[in-house]
Amino acid sequence: MKDYSISTGNTKTVSQLDAETKRKNRNSLLIKIFIWIMLILAAGICLLPFYSMLITSTHTNADITRKLLLLPGDHFIENYKRLVEVVPIWRGFLNSLIITCSATAIGLYFSALSGYGFSKFDFKFNGPLFAFVLATMMIPGQLGIIGFFKLMNMFGLINTYWPLIVPAANNAFGLFFLKQVADSAVPKEMLESGRIDGCNELQIFHRIALPLMTPAIATLGIFLFIGKWNEFLQPMIILFDNSLQPLPVMIASVRNQFSVDYGAQYVGIAISIVPILIVFALASKKIIGNVMAGALKQ
Amino acid sequence: MFSRRIDKSPYGYLFIAPFFLVFFIFDLGPILYSFYLSFTDWSGFNTPTFIGLANYERLLQDTLFFKSIYNTLIIWILSIIPQLTIALTLALILHEKFIRGKHLFHAIFYFPNMVTPVTMGVLFALMFDWQNGSMNKLLMALGIVEDPVYWFNSPFLSQLIVASILMWQWFGFNMLVFLAGLQSIPEDLYEAAEIDGANKFQTAIKITLPLLRPVLIFTMITSVIGGMQIFDQPLMIGKGPENSTLTMVMHLYEAAFVRYEYGYGAAIAYGIFVLIAIATAFSMWMTKLKEKKEG
Repeated sequence: MKDYSISTGNTKTVSQLDAETKRKNRNSLLIKIFIWIMLILAAGICLLPFYSMLITSTHTNADITRKLLLLPGDHFIENYKRLVEVVPIWRGFLNSLIITCSATAIGLYFSALSGYGFSKFDFKFNGPLFAFVLATMMIPGQLGIIGFFKLMNMFGLINTYWPLIVPAANNAFGLFFLKQVADSAVPKEMLESGRIDGCNELQIFHRIALPLMTPAIATLGIFLFIGKWNEFLQPMIILFDNSLQPLPVMIASVRNQFSVDYGAQYVGIAISIVPILIVFALASKKIIGNVMAGALKQ
Repeated sequence: MFSRRIDKSPYGYLFIAPFFLVFFIFDLGPILYSFYLSFTDWSGFNTPTFIGLANYERLLQDTLFFKSIYNTLIIWILSIIPQLTIALTLALILHEKFIRGKHLFHAIFYFPNMVTPVTMGVLFALMFDWQNGSMNKLLMALGIVEDPVYWFNSPFLSQLIVASILMWQWFGFNMLVFLAGLQSIPEDLYEAAEIDGANKFQTAIKITLPLLRPVLIFTMITSVIGGMQIFDQPLMIGKGPENSTLTMVMHLYEAAFVRYEYGYGAAIAYGIFVLIAIATAFSMWMTKLKEKKEG
């Protein structure tokens, strides 16, 4: 009798539990579907302006004024022709490439050189100097902009690329990043063996340290490249000559010169976004991983 | 022990010398020179003459400068609150295990951060154009508004649009920072909470948020420093009605490179520097204060 009652009691609870977990599962499934819909909606809203930009760039000005455009049209080439007649956008593209590539190369080499210097040499004032470098990161960029403009003018460097490229050698973030890399990726023993083999210090840096730091240098390179590519204020005040200006400055002038030609403006901004999209598509894993890793180091 | 090493330490100076050389010429030099220029009346063509504190006296009476400080703060607040809310919500969602294709979502939300700020400014100016912009067309098609909204006729809406550019550019970055913070919280804390019978909401309030504090502080400080310097996007939008989207750096740019009052521009630059320093110190002090209270 006792056994029987207990067993019925048990079956009851089991079936009750079963129903409860089923309800719970159904509820959590509903919540999951809801979250999924919200997430996809958020992604859609995030991309909508880019979609709208690409679509609008393919329509006539009359259509842009009148209609809500959801599908691609066939006037991209006409809009593009009007744009390049007035603004040498590909020249700007080339200028951007020249400035950005040289600045990135210089930035990477000197960040590695000085980061390695701070990491491997125990010279006097190493600590205070490094703290000083970190402190310079807090200085807002425009603080010295007027003195910069006047000094470059005095040196005769206005309207040249030097003031945009050479300062890349002084990148506090790059130095900080590559010092940490040199700390962990370049063992002191390897440098010692290089010294025994008779290499001088610069040869050791070039032949031993630099290859070991290459993966991190490549990562830093992506960030320096994007930062320089997007730079606007400095090239705008340094370069007067239209044909010397990089893409962002040209985009700003497209805005002024085509005040009512919306099709041409849309083509201009589309051209400036596409290269970034390509870089991002190729390196998004690396970029995202490093933004997240960087956040934890601070 | 048996091989006496030669001290190579002084070579370190050679390795760091180029960095400091460039720093002195292209960074510190201009900063100090700007400081000198801020005491002169240099207008680009004359030789700078020393005029004492006149530029700073003018700065303290410049209503447009105070207006630009106010605008910058308003735009910053309008962008930072929704930005951090959205970033935190998305980070909490994307941290859940059942979400598939996480990398794709990370990439989509982070992408606006990489786009040239100038391009973003132009894109939004075009989208919110009241006659030709796609935003009005969309709102009318959805039946949300009857007539096109004249966005750039209203000071508040103009500020809101600039703020929404910033929000759109930075929520993905902050989301990644929050996600990194979430991933650093040890898994067993959540398991322990589950055993103790805590629900999702309780774990979020009692475990996740307190442990995310350092990351939240980091985003606050970086966004204060960045937010005080916004320039590229609002410049593309323009000064706005009643100068409502004129930011501090735009004011500096206009004084120096549009009106050629370089001496006064340098004074504005130092004014901005002092304000940013105060804002940074204040946000650090606030976070320290909270730490002490809780500690």
